[in-house]
Amino acid sequence: MDIPITYYLYLSTSIFTIGLVGIFLNRKNLIILLMSIELIFLSSNINFVAFSHLYQDLVGQIFVFFVLTITAAEAAVGLAIIVIFFRIKDSIHIDDIDSLKE
Amino acid sequence: MTIFLFYLFSGILVISSVLVITSKNPIHSVLFLILCFFNSSILFLFLNAEFLAMILLIVYVGAVAVLFLFVVMMLDIKVSQARKNLLNYLPLGLFVSFVIFFEFIVIIKNSKIVPFVAKNKNMENNLVDNTHLLGNILYTDFFLLFQLSGIILLVAMVGAILLTLRKRKGVKKQNIYNQIFRE
Repeated sequence: MDIPITYYLYLSTSIFTIGLVGIFLNRKNLIILLMSIELIFLSSNINFVAFSHLYQDLVGQIFVFFVLTITAAEAAVGLAIIVIFFRIKDSIHIDDIDSLKE
Repeated sequence: MTIFLFYLFSGILVISSVLVITSKNPIHSVLFLILCFFNSSILFLFLNAEFLAMILLIVYVGAVAVLFLFVVMMLDIKVSQARKNLLNYLPLGLFVSFVIFFEFIVIIKNSKIVPFVAKNKNMENNLVDNTHLLGNILYTDFFLLFQLSGIILLVAMVGAILLTLRKRKGVKKQNIYNQIFRE
């Protein structure tokens, strides 16, 4: 395998930036915002695995394992919150989340 | 050959992640997210992380993406909810994102990372497969963290069930007290 690690770093940087742009770009749908967060997690995972391969150290892969656990928990709780929000407000538009204002 | 495959799969990964955030229909976004996870799992295979590649497929494609798909299909979302202030935050967001992107690029370009794997002492020890090695570390050194992640999953499960539970009138339910003390 003769792929330099910097290629992986560029790749994960691009995916991180795409996820970040997705958070700003997407002002209409809460679910796509959660998907952008998943993209950011994915870019950090690629980084961890690339460095784990570079230094031949398995602790990076262990860390990716725990990140996967936390991501699954976060997706479950976030989607449950979206479901009860839809039940109350009948929409998941981000601008409608202003119940705490008044 | 390997570098060509890397370019192919990472190109598909970047394009599909752009399509995740730009497509109008949320179901298309979920499907492109699945394509993203698939391609990144192939990239993990390039990095000799077989166990994590398979776990990524099982956990993300099998659980998380299906959960997203369930929620998208369950909620009745209007596809084109065009609003006026859609592009209010976009210029500032693009500015911040590209500043972060170019900072990362500058850091990676000027870093002193040796870009290839050093041929060190651990390289000969490749007879044991990746899953076995991960298990050896995970169940000994990281045993407490492993159990803690189990507790976190339990808390998330209880929280998700408790959040989406609701009491409705007119539902025929079993009264457990009466059921147990029935003569």
